[in-house]
Amino acid sequence: MKVLLRNPKREIEMAGPRRVHALLAKLELSRESHLVICNGTLVPGDAELADEDIVEIRPVISGGA
Amino acid sequence: MVAAGSKCRTCRGPAIIDLPRHNANFCAEHFMELCRRQVTKAIEHFKMIARDDRVLVAVSGGKDSLAIWDLLIELGYQADGLYVGLGIGEYSDTSAEYARAFAVERGLHLIEVTLRDDYGYDIPTAAKATRRVPCSACGTSKRHVFDKAALDGGYTVLVTGHNLDDEAAVLFGNTLHWDVEYLARQLPVLEARPGFPKKVKPLVRLSERETAAWCIVRGIDYLVEECPMAAGNKHLAYKSALNAIEEMSPGSKAGFYFNFIDNMAPLLAGRAVSDGVELGRCSNCGAPTTGNVCAFCHLVETASAHAPVPVELVMKHGRGKR
Repeated sequence: MKVLLRNPKREIEMAGPRRVHALLAKLELSRESHLVICNGTLVPGDAELADEDIVEIRPVISGGA
Repeated sequence: MVAAGSKCRTCRGPAIIDLPRHNANFCAEHFMELCRRQVTKAIEHFKMIARDDRVLVAVSGGKDSLAIWDLLIELGYQADGLYVGLGIGEYSDTSAEYARAFAVERGLHLIEVTLRDDYGYDIPTAAKATRRVPCSACGTSKRHVFDKAALDGGYTVLVTGHNLDDEAAVLFGNTLHWDVEYLARQLPVLEARPGFPKKVKPLVRLSERETAAWCIVRGIDYLVEECPMAAGNKHLAYKSALNAIEEMSPGSKAGFYFNFIDNMAPLLAGRAVSDGVELGRCSNCGAPTTGNVCAFCHLVETASAHAPVPVELVMKHGRGKR
């Protein structure tokens, strides 16, 4: 699957099938500070991502106070 | 993608988001219902906004400010937006586009103030000229412009997009230093005083994961990239630490913040940095100040005299661990 990452913006390939939580764990990203969008739709942690999916991992942390 | 096994707590339809702190999953419709309920609860419980208030929302083009502007309009409040152009290179240019597009698409009124055009400086230049961290000049600038725009425009409430994570992170920082004077003023509502509008934070019951999800579900385009000048700041480090705790113990951030508001803030009443301080008027702009000239006018004088500095020259190179 294609995985779009931010900060900095980049794209990587990951093998599927893989659950959302497992993908975040593999990339060492916090579940609490990211959302996962699969083929344009928000998906929960137990959703299974397939090889052909286009996935965006969107960070939700902003730095201002 | 194979459909997720998790079901919406309310309708048992397929869930789009898991919220461990609520020990529940939600579909899009019931997630939005949850967000509306949480914002309504914050507004009513803390007496933030009355139905006849004229509301000004400080809008950055990011998820939080666009989410709260959207939510307030949805909930039936009259709310205009205020965008401050900080001059942080491409980041500011893009953020302005998102703020304008949001307003135009919904027929909302957006007031724009640009530091470079209106005051003769920008944040990178201010950081260089004052030799202080950019967030310091940014905070001083935004506070002054927000207050002035709200008072000049006759708005009765100024709304900011601070969410639960923001408030918990600031509380964490102030607690690490036992900074009692700042702890005492860390409230979701600051009442109006001479020279200051009423300021409220209706997103305090929503995490930033939830405000981002609101924007995605509602189809709101926002600036995802974080401010290049904020990278590696302490605030982000505090958020990261709190999120590590939250993952182990869901609900920790909400407990930390709301138990402070319920149990600790009342004990600190009257100990805020501004309590009991006689404020005069800035001899230059008339804003409240403890000195002869306010901090903002000092900043304008120093920064506007400095040659413009491109953002790349004052960006932090190190990044905080996420």
